[in-house]
Parts: sequence; C-alpha cells; structure tokens
Amino acid sequence: MKLLNKTTYYLSILLLPLITVWAFVFYYAMLDEIYDSLDDGLENQKDVLIGRLPTEPVLLNQNDFNIDNHTFTPISKKEYKHFKDTYRDTLIYVQSEDDFEAMRIYTSAIKHDSSYYKLNVITSMVEEDDLIESLITYLLGLYIILIVSILILNNLLLKRLWKPFYSLINQLRTFKIENNTSIVIPKSNIEEFQLLNTAVNTLLQKSTYSFIAQKQFIENAAHELQTPLAITINKLELFLENTTLNSKQLETIGTALDNLGRLTRLNKSLLLLSKIENQQFSQEETINFNTITERIASDFEDLATHKNISLEIITLNNLSLTINEDLAIIMLTNLIKNALVHGTKNSTVTIQIQSDSWRISNYGILHSLDKNILFTRFKKASSNKKSTGLGLAITKAIAVKYNIDINYNFNDTHIFTLNFPKN
Amino acid sequence: MKILIIEDEPDMLNNMRETLEREKYTVEATANFKEASAKIGVYAYDCILLDIGLPDGNGLELLKQLKAQGKNEGVIIVSAKDSLDDRLEGLNLGADDYLPKPFHMAELHARVNAVLRRRHFSGNKTIEIGNVSIHPESRLVKVDQKDIVLNRKEYDILLYLITNKTRLVTKSALAEHVWGDHIDQADSFDFIYSQIKNLRKKLENATINVEAVYGVGYKLDIN
Repeated sequence: MKLLNKTTYYLSILLLPLITVWAFVFYYAMLDEIYDSLDDGLENQKDVLIGRLPTEPVLLNQNDFNIDNHTFTPISKKEYKHFKDTYRDTLIYVQSEDDFEAMRIYTSAIKHDSSYYKLNVITSMVEEDDLIESLITYLLGLYIILIVSILILNNLLLKRLWKPFYSLINQLRTFKIENNTSIVIPKSNIEEFQLLNTAVNTLLQKSTYSFIAQKQFIENAAHELQTPLAITINKLELFLENTTLNSKQLETIGTALDNLGRLTRLNKSLLLLSKIENQQFSQEETINFNTITERIASDFEDLATHKNISLEIITLNNLSLTINEDLAIIMLTNLIKNALVHGTKNSTVTIQIQSDSWRISNYGILHSLDKNILFTRFKKASSNKKSTGLGLAITKAIAVKYNIDINYNFNDTHIFTLNFPKN
Repeated sequence: MKILIIEDEPDMLNNMRETLEREKYTVEATANFKEASAKIGVYAYDCILLDIGLPDGNGLELLKQLKAQGKNEGVIIVSAKDSLDDRLEGLNLGADDYLPKPFHMAELHARVNAVLRRRHFSGNKTIEIGNVSIHPESRLVKVDQKDIVLNRKEYDILLYLITNKTRLVTKSALAEHVWGDHIDQADSFDFIYSQIKNLRKKLENATINVEAVYGVGYKLDIN
C-alpha cells in the first residue's frame, strides 16, 4: 500500500469516531440553544399576556390548549408565594393533528386584581427525530466530502510533494555502480527529503569510492604481478635448459611452470575483466558472428579431435553486431572452450546461429549447473586444475556491456544461449 | 648480431640477456631512458628490445627518436601493460613487434629471430638443419631435397622448435605460439601431441626429430 493511500485509510478510520462524537456534542449544543430560544419566547408571551389582561380579562377563563396556547388556573396566595417557574417538555393532544405532539410548557404564577393564577404557556417543540435524521444525513455527507477531499488532496498535492522522493527512488532502482553514472538528486525544501538526499549522496559517494578503489586494487595488483611472474617463469625456463638435470628434476620444474602459467592466465583474466569494466575497449565495428565462430572453431579443432568431440556449426541465419572485435572473439572463445573442456569425450558440441541468437550445447555432467553462481567469479563447475574460474564471468561482462542476454539451460545437454538485442 | 635491451627491471634484463647470449648474440643493456637515448644516438643495433614503461620516460619516445634519426633498427616492444592502444601506437611508430609480459624465453627468441631474419635476408634465407631445409617465405620444407607437405600447425611447430633448437620448449610456450592465446585455458596441452605425432611421422627420413620431455615439453633432437 502506498504511503498516500495509507494516510487516507488511517484518516478515514479516525474521522468516523471523530465525526460521531462531534455529532453528539453538536446535537446537544444545538438543542440547548433551541430550548433557550423557545423559553425566551415563552417568557415573552407571558409578558404580552399580562399586558393584555387589563383590557381583556376574559383571557383568564382560557383553560384549554386547543383553543389558545395558554391556560390560567386560579391558585391560593400561599401557593403563589412558593411558586417556582418551570420549563418542561410534555406531550399534548393536538386536535388538528389527532395526535400527541411534543410541546414546551412554561409554568408561572401571576397576580391579577388581588387574585392569584397559575399560568401555562406552550409552544410547539422541535421534532427531535427529524433533527437527528437530518443531522445524520448532513454529517454523513460531510464525512464523504471529507474523505473525497482528502483523497483528491493526497493524489494531487501530496503526490507533488512526494515527487522528489519518487524521482530519487526511481534513479536508485536503476542505479548500477559499475556503470559509472551519477544520480541527479532532486532539490527539495522539505527537511526530511533534504536529510534523505544528503544521506543518499554520502552513501553513493562512499560506495562509488570503495568500488573504484577495489577495482583499482585488483587492476594494480594484477598489473604489479606481471613482472615478477615473468621473471620467475623465465628463470625457471633458463634453468630448464640446463641439460644436466635428470628427468625427475625436469618434471618438477615443469609442474612449477604449469602452475605459474595458471597464475599468469588468472592474472590476465583479472586484467581483462578490469579493462572490460573500465570501458577500455571502445573501438567497435560490425562483426559477422558466423565468420568468427568458424575461425574460433578451427582454432579448437585439435582440442576437439583430441577429445573425439565433433564440433558442429548449424548456421540458420547471418548474425552480426556492432561490437569490439577482440571482445566478440573472447566471448565466443570462452563459450566454445568451455563446451569442449567440459564436454564428454566422444560426444557432440553443437553451435546454432540464428539472426538474433547464438547457442552452444554440450554433453557433460548429468545435472544442471547452479544458474545463480555460474557467471560469478571463481565459481568452478569442475575441479579442473587449469580453469581460472573467470571465463564465464568475462563472457558475462562482455555480454552485459553490449546488452546481450546470456542464458544457461540444462536439457540433457548444457546449453548457453546469447540473445542479441533487436536493432 | 648486436642487440640492445632497454629494460628497467634488473632480473628481467638478466633473463633476456642470458637467453639471447646463449644464442650467440652480442647483447648490450641499459635500464634507463637517458642512457638508452644516448646509446641509440651513437651506436647501431640489429634489434632493440624496448620496455616502454621506463621510470624516467616513455619508451615510445625512444622509438620516435630512432625514426627521426632515420635509423632502421628492428624494434620489439616489451610491455607489462598489454594495452591495445600501446600496441597500435607502437606498431604505427614503426616497431616490428609487440611482446606483452610475461612471455616465454623461447617466444622472445623466436620473435627476435623473426625480426632479424626479415631485416637481413628479407625473409629469403633458407634455414638448413641436418638434411632438412626450410624456406620461410614460401613455407616450404624439404628433406633430402624432397618436398614434404606439412599443415600450418605442423610447420609452425617445426619452425618454432628449430628456432629454439638449443632449448627445451615447454608445452605451454608451444601451444601459445602455435594455437594462440585463446587455447591457454584448455584442460591440458595433450592435444598438441597428435600434431607432434603427425610431424614425427613426416620427419621419418630426416636427421632431426621431435623429442618429448615427459611432463615438460619438447626439444629438437639433432642426430
């Protein structure tokens, strides 16, 4: 649930009891006000009646509410002395309506010509049912209007307020540290967003710095290793040429050289990865993948023959892409080499080329490889001594650079597919 | 044949010097830009091995200087930085070859040999060894004046072993030279063996042949 909708949701829940409580308070306050006003009116009527009495003494005989809105009843002096004015609600039969109606009745005592009278004045009351009914209707209306306005407000106003936030989030979602792109941090005068912006900015700078430092470290380390490696290998080679060594000694040096060779390859692969990631292969041209596939396949002919693997190339269509030639060769070479090295002896490795895909399949171990770690560095599928564990990582890095989608599937054979971007 | 090595790493320099002196070349060496510049100006060499990453200057400047003086030495750039730009710039400036470190001693000698042969005999020199003669220009191989037919790889193996006839050539040096850098991660270099086997058969009547040194590599066997 979006924050916007969440606030609306909570507000609507909160508003319901709030408006209900408000309704009660409002209702009783209003009723009080109405009674006040009614009672004032009744008192006023009493004064008017008293004013009329000298000229219209007949009024004193009035004792039926159905004729007029007041009655006079004679009382004793003692009663008059102790009389207290009251206001009451009562039900009075109304002939015209043929029903009891709620009335407000004011009872008071007056003295007229040395006689004492109890005076009742009535007035029709507000109908509380109707009042409550319309109150509920209007409050419900208010509630709906409030919710709708909040919704509209949230969606228009708050959306605009949150815009810098969403813009930042969208950029962070697509941000890749290795792409060397920077994030445009949206300006905002809202304190929380400013805080977020500062935090994100600091974090980005720190991560970018450590990413670059790590990359440079690998590059420099690999670079610095080249010369000592070269010296060691060459010293051993010179030593090897010393003909006084027996075959056992020669073999020992041979093993040392093999391992130094492995180290050299590892080092070269690391340097290559750094170079790819540093965008140091900028020269690009249209490369025909059919041609280079044939060429690489012929380079590996002897390896294939040695393992009695038949390397078949099925060309269904022409495939070309604008790419750095060296990288294209390295990418395909790694896949072909991989298929041959891990391929079962006396089997077939098949390459299928279509206009938008390049696929290689080989028979090998009888279960699928772990897709999650296959393309990561130093994940070796086999205990193969000579493998650097970087071949597929390099292939992946090249594929990523050119938006080529690389996939692995297992279906009796191990299948690697390169899906090329549509032009 | 006089060779100048310009290399700032003393151990690297010694290795190169030792391997080339074994081939009876006259080797001179210098470890810095200034001295190298002076030597180039005064003496003439048949081949210069040039490390471009010198502490007091860029080796490519020496190459420019050489060309500006109208000198025609063969130059092989030796670099720890296997960078395409350096390679292209070096070759454009007139270097004959580019050899990234680390390299095999056999490879170094083969490259020097190729440069010298190209320079001094325009590639027309026939290499004679035992009863075998090789004509590098046309890639023709004769045993007792009779042509034998070698495929590209067999020919490359033979020439490489002949060039490095005094040394033991490791399997990886041979594989990298003949099959290229791409092959280097293959699970073993055993596949070389089938080509060697064929080559041996074709050299049946020759006085030279390929001898395997178990676990290490190959060596030219001269009777």
